Amino acid sequence: METTIALAEKAHKKQESQEKQDKMIFGFWVYIMTDCVLFASLFATYAVLHNNTFGGPSGAQIFNLPYVLAETMLLLTSSFTCGLATIAMQNKDRRKVLMYFILTFILGLSFLVMELKEFRHLAVIGDSWTRSGFLSSYFTLVGTHGLHITIGLIWMAVMIVRLFNTKLTDNNIRRMKMLSMFWHFLDVIWIFIFTIVYLFGALHV
Amino acid sequence: MSVEDQPVTVNHYESKLKLKSYVIGFGLSLLLTLTAYLLVTNHGASRHVLIGIVVLLALVQFFVQIYYFLHLGAETKPRWKLAVFLSMTGVVLILVFGSLWIMTNLNNRQTIPQQIQYMNNQDGL
Repeated sequence: METTIALAEKAHKKQESQEKQDKMIFGFWVYIMTDCVLFASLFATYAVLHNNTFGGPSGAQIFNLPYVLAETMLLLTSSFTCGLATIAMQNKDRRKVLMYFILTFILGLSFLVMELKEFRHLAVIGDSWTRSGFLSSYFTLVGTHGLHITIGLIWMAVMIVRLFNTKLTDNNIRRMKMLSMFWHFLDVIWIFIFTIVYLFGALHV
Repeated sequence: MSVEDQPVTVNHYESKLKLKSYVIGFGLSLLLTLTAYLLVTNHGASRHVLIGIVVLLALVQFFVQIYYFLHLGAETKPRWKLAVFLSMTGVVLILVFGSLWIMTNLNNRQTIPQQIQYMNNQDGL
């Protein structure tokens, strides 16, 4: 009799913690949606200013499409491996989770390094954000995405160190679910940067 | 090795389904990105048609990733995530197209000849 009560209590506690976890994940989803609004305002700024080159270069003159495609592939693959990490997490396979997160981290870092190299190149040849309205809005939009990637990478590094030291607790699982949502969201934003900034730039829109 | 570290067989079926969804999402995203890229670099159609196609491909990829990676469709009722998503979409559309509308309108009203005439009338400034 006592054991059934104890079991019922345990099940109740588990359900409570599950509900709490669901609420926190929903809260994070709301944050992601508001972040979309931030990006939308930067996209709108870019759309308004992208022809104001002020005698400077246009998008078609400075964008290197094969280079950007490589960046896109890195980020897309990292989004995929991040998804694989969440599957391993559901199977409670800690080693696989670690492996996939480290892989995601390496891919994300490569993406960031490529992006910073591109920025540096532009700054060195004199086409920095001070050159024209087009370049200001370009650096703000793509730079904000890069900043999000940087934050995501720091978060991921902390998560990897944590996983080396602790087990797959409910708290860790919740954090990883949020991290993977954040990472997928950054890839979703990149679809639009790739299309509206780079492909449109090549098409002289 | 602790209990938690051992693979659990109970939700293997579910995880297989999830794996399938990630593989499909990844494959479709790759295909859509490469199609858009190759069409643009090879000038696969006239410029205006290409712009339309590229926008369409981006939107399809957006929904593919929202569905297969962020699992928006897997939610059970009440669909709060979907509700927030839809209101976000509304705000984004108003923000982007509203800004473009206002700014192009402003741009059209401030034509350079008008400004020159104004300056002439004002004796230089």
